[in-house]
Parts: sequence; structure tokens; C-alpha cells
Amino acid sequence: MLKIGDQLFNSRLLLGTGKYPSFEVQKEAVRVSESEILTFAVRRMNIFEPTQPNFLEQLDLSKYKLLPNTAGAKTAEEAVRIAKLAKASGLCDMIKVEVIGCNKSLLPDPVETLKASEMLLEEGFIVLPYTSDDVVLARRLEELGVHAIMPGASPIGSGKGIVNPLNLKFIIEQSSVPVIVDAGIGSPKDAAYAMELGADGVLLNTAVSGAKDPVKMALAMKMAVEAGRLGFEAGRIEEKEYAVASSPKEGMVTS
Amino acid sequence: MTIQLNGLHVEIPENIRNVDDLLKHYQLENRIVIIELNNEIADKSKYTELPIADGDKVEMIHFVGGG
Repeated sequence: MLKIGDQLFNSRLLLGTGKYPSFEVQKEAVRVSESEILTFAVRRMNIFEPTQPNFLEQLDLSKYKLLPNTAGAKTAEEAVRIAKLAKASGLCDMIKVEVIGCNKSLLPDPVETLKASEMLLEEGFIVLPYTSDDVVLARRLEELGVHAIMPGASPIGSGKGIVNPLNLKFIIEQSSVPVIVDAGIGSPKDAAYAMELGADGVLLNTAVSGAKDPVKMALAMKMAVEAGRLGFEAGRIEEKEYAVASSPKEGMVTS
Repeated sequence: MTIQLNGLHVEIPENIRNVDDLLKHYQLENRIVIIELNNEIADKSKYTELPIADGDKVEMIHFVGGG
């Protein structure tokens, strides 16, 4: 079970809700993923079309935990404002702190992320910061008291997979709160790899919503996360330089 | 009267007196929407008590798909 704050989740796959080809495809992808935590962004309504359908309003909210993000924020203060708006909905107490510091790489601003996390903890939020794979920053966030650390595998939406498995491993080893690998996952092997490294969960969006068949990919990601977790728990064999025969050396028929 | 709604200057009927009226005007009373009135988050239970006046700055916020 994945435990964030005092809440338990069966699924270790967290799913983003952006950029699906249609609500129908999205609903089915969310269903087969068996994700229990869904991320959302906080935005102004289009007041010229206020009654247009909204995905969130089509969900059975008793089945899901909402994890709004602070995407769009460039400073800690902006992130706090977005988080408070999200909480005012009365639908959530978790917040994904996302303070972007570089428009090209969409990498998080470490200083503002730390500051925003501290402010939001004081406000009583369940705080899950999206961070780079910096090991010391992850430790500093944990020392603040965040409820999970969410290091990126590679830049948001890049699908490049895990570019620095060593850093992720260090973060996972040192952390006593859940580590959820967030952003950059491209294919099921990336999700399985993150889990094999010992991550507590994986958060992805584009890898599913941008796939040729998002529903099938959602299922693949669910299975990959489960397989990776089982593999981690089972304990993989050590790598060796040369072959080690699986069949007995005694009683060879050919000698 | 004219209010600033989501960054735009918008003309709304004079009979809109409070936040509750404003939501009904836009047919949003049963939707998931968060209101910020003059930079303060509006308490859902007090929509009928929060007056809307000419020149007010209103933000209508909701959740959209995102990662």
C-alpha cells in the first residue's frame, strides 16, 4: 500500500488528466489504470463558454483523490495562491507543488519550490513537491516535513525516461517519506524501472494521453508499475560479467 | 455595471447583487467553481452575503486537465 500523510492507496500509479483526445478515451484510460490519485491544473474558466463540459465533473469523486498542481506558478507566492484556490473547492487537501524555473526545460525552481513547500505545510496542506532529481534538495524538502518527494525522471512531457537512475536511487534510499517519480516517463519500461529502483509510486500523464492507444497504454502502465514493484520486493539477482549455467554440470549426456 | 471578470471587463445586469446572483447569471450554481472576489477567496457558504459592485475584480476558477 502507498501511504501519503495518513491516507492509504492500493494503486502506486498516479495519473495526470491533461491532453487526452476525448473525455470518453480519458474516462476509460483512468478506469483501466486503476489509479486512485488524479492530478489536475487550476485555471480561469472561459467565461464565454462557462457551461462547457469538464472532466472532473464527470468523475465519481468518491473513488478518487484529487491532486491539483500549482502549474503556472513561477514564485512560491503564486504557488500558494493557486493551492489555496484549489483547497477552497472543498474537494482536496493535497497539493502538487510545481514551480517552474525554466521555460525551455520546464525544470522546477529549487529555491521557490522549497519556499512554497514550507509555506503550504504551515497552511496545513498535504504537500507533494515536484522537484528535480537533486539528492540534497530532496533531503531538505523532507526535513521541512513534506508528505512525499516527487523527483522528475526527465523533463516534463519529454518521454525520455529515467536519465539519472543513480540520483533517484540515492533519493529513494535516504527518504523516509514516499518517493513518487514524476515527469518524463515515456514507456512502460521506464515506469517498471522506477519501481524496481524502489520508488513508492509513479506519476505520469503524456505517456498515456499521448499514446496511439491511451487506454491500452494506461493498462500497460498499471501492469508495469505492479511488475516493477513486485520485482523490487522480490529482490533481483546480482549482475555478473560472465555466464552462469542454469542447468546442472553433473550427469551430462554428451561426456 | 462593469466588473473585471477573469481579467476581462464585462458588462453584467444591474440586478446582480451578490456572488450567488453572479454564478446563477452564468449558470454555474451547480458547477465546481471557486470564486475570488477582489483578491480574496469567497467562502462558499456566504455567496449570498458577498455583494458585487461596479468595478469589482472577480476570478472564476476551476479544475482542468493537467499533469
